[in-house]
Amino acid sequence: MTLIIEAVITGLLTGGVYALMASGLTLVFGVMDIINVGQGALVILGAYLSYVLEQYLHIDLFLGLLITIPVMFVLGLLIEWLFIRPIKRDRTMLSILVTFGVALVIEGVLNLIFSTDFIQLHAWYVTASFQVGGFYLAYIYVFGFLLAVALLGVLYLLLYRTKFGHSLRATMQNRTAAELVGIDVERVSAITFGIGIALAAAGGMAFGATTSFNANSAYDLISRLLAIIIFGGMGSLRGAMIASLGMLVVEDVTSVVWSPIWASTVFFILLVIILLARPQGLFGQVEGRKQ
Amino acid sequence: MRIFKTAGLLALLAIAIAFPLVFSNPAVTTIAVFTLLFVAATTGWNIFSGYTGYIALGHAAYFGLGAYALAIMCQDWHIPGGYIPFLLVPVAGLVAAAFSVVLGWIALRVRRHTFVVITIAIFFIFQLLAYNLTGLTNGSIGLGLPIPTDWSGDFFNIPFYYAALVVVVIAIVISWWVRHSKYGLGLLAIRDDEDRALGLGVKAGPSKLAAFVISALIVGMVGAIWAYFVESIYPPSAFDATFDVAIALMAFLGGLGTIVGPILGALLLEPTQQYFTLQFGQSGFYLVIYGALFLVVLLLLPQGVVPTLRARWTRFKATRSQQEEVAVSDTALPKRGEPRDTERKEGINL
Repeated sequence: MTLIIEAVITGLLTGGVYALMASGLTLVFGVMDIINVGQGALVILGAYLSYVLEQYLHIDLFLGLLITIPVMFVLGLLIEWLFIRPIKRDRTMLSILVTFGVALVIEGVLNLIFSTDFIQLHAWYVTASFQVGGFYLAYIYVFGFLLAVALLGVLYLLLYRTKFGHSLRATMQNRTAAELVGIDVERVSAITFGIGIALAAAGGMAFGATTSFNANSAYDLISRLLAIIIFGGMGSLRGAMIASLGMLVVEDVTSVVWSPIWASTVFFILLVIILLARPQGLFGQVEGRKQ
Repeated sequence: MRIFKTAGLLALLAIAIAFPLVFSNPAVTTIAVFTLLFVAATTGWNIFSGYTGYIALGHAAYFGLGAYALAIMCQDWHIPGGYIPFLLVPVAGLVAAAFSVVLGWIALRVRRHTFVVITIAIFFIFQLLAYNLTGLTNGSIGLGLPIPTDWSGDFFNIPFYYAALVVVVIAIVISWWVRHSKYGLGLLAIRDDEDRALGLGVKAGPSKLAAFVISALIVGMVGAIWAYFVESIYPPSAFDATFDVAIALMAFLGGLGTIVGPILGALLLEPTQQYFTLQFGQSGFYLVIYGALFLVVLLLLPQGVVPTLRARWTRFKATRSQQEEVAVSDTALPKRGEPRDTERKEGINL
């Protein structure tokens, strides 16, 4: 029983980190109608950036985020400007392929620089743990979760309390109408993409501290993130958060009560079953007919 | 015109048949076998995704199913290496097709991006199953296929080449037939506007599912030949995520939804990819080049080679006939691209 409780708690805590990465993805989809398949590779890139800062400059992982988040934000703007903006037609489908190409390049560059050896981020809170109930929990899980809560809080304030947030949500609701009332949709899109990538940087740090990774981990990561945002409903932030927590708990509990090798399989099978019942996901809106 | 076309096709077929007799170097024929396999797979994929507009990014699941089906059949029935495994290739294809009936039915309940993601999820389920069902698939150790010991040296690749060529011809004939049949028109109508097609009496559900199963059958047969050719299969090689994207890219490069496009795309890309792999190995450098190429192609030719060229040709002919006879109405000039074949005119008639 304590094992299951432990699994639920770690599931919730890591779920928070996944919520961070997934919210970037779903936000970008909501505003721009594109699926950024490169999010997995960008998360790994964020993790490697944190690794470099920690390993060579001895900057604490959480302090390092003050550098990596802006860097990744600018990278996001760049990717949007170079590769996403030129797509004029059939955005959803072409964007999947284009961002996959970006992911391949990132993966290749990371393989060239860091080789394919698995690494993990180091800090005192990664190794140290404390006792809750009957088991030990590493500090990083709690810290990672708190980071996710803090950043998602900032995101909430940005979306619902600022003028930019209003234009962003307007663009989400109706791109053409937003353009008609004078919102610079292109600018909003670029900044949203930057924010999505910046969130990936933060998620990458927390991911890299709890799991050992190499550049190829991106595939595993992106398949989970896609499953999460589809499960939660494309474009729904609330859905992405709830789905992250739910999916990770299911996965951790499965690996305890059944076997770790079936954890991811159960995760995907659950997704397929849920989509059969609710094709639009938990909080997704039924897509209207596009003329 | 029709005679020229038929003659051209026959000439192409003759070249394809004669190719391994002229270039008998095993290094060349190996690349040729892989290329033909990709031509067939891309054509098969295009029958579903190109014509219906539903981009499936999980066809590696059927590729892997075909590969594993052949491997398991050969293992359980103790089939020696030789020509007999080729006879089992259609059976392996049918296994993949049988799975695709159920999986397609599940996936086709949703549309657009949700569909894309479900196909990806199904692909990952099968990759994980290949790892985990160790009794059937031998897990990450993989399965071996019978090795044809009688074939040696330059001859080794030849049977594989012709087996692949047969699948290519089957795939192209099916693709041609679908494109020119009433059924194919229904699929194109679904791509352009599914709801309106439904309203006009196209049986969208069964049509989509049938196209899905046909494409899975072809891709499954390709997987089986591929497995026999490479001699041993592992979960990450038989269920390969890059295969999903490779065939999509080839179809996009050549021209999605055309007959010639996917063939041309595979003929251009697969040898290039094999060459890069030979030059740089499976290293990061190879990925960088391949990814960059991918991006350049998508940004410069978002419509693909065939539609772009065809649009140029139509425009060229139109301007010439305009010079000859002055009265040509403006509508005869397609302003950009050839809308009927490749574009979804989203947002144009808002």
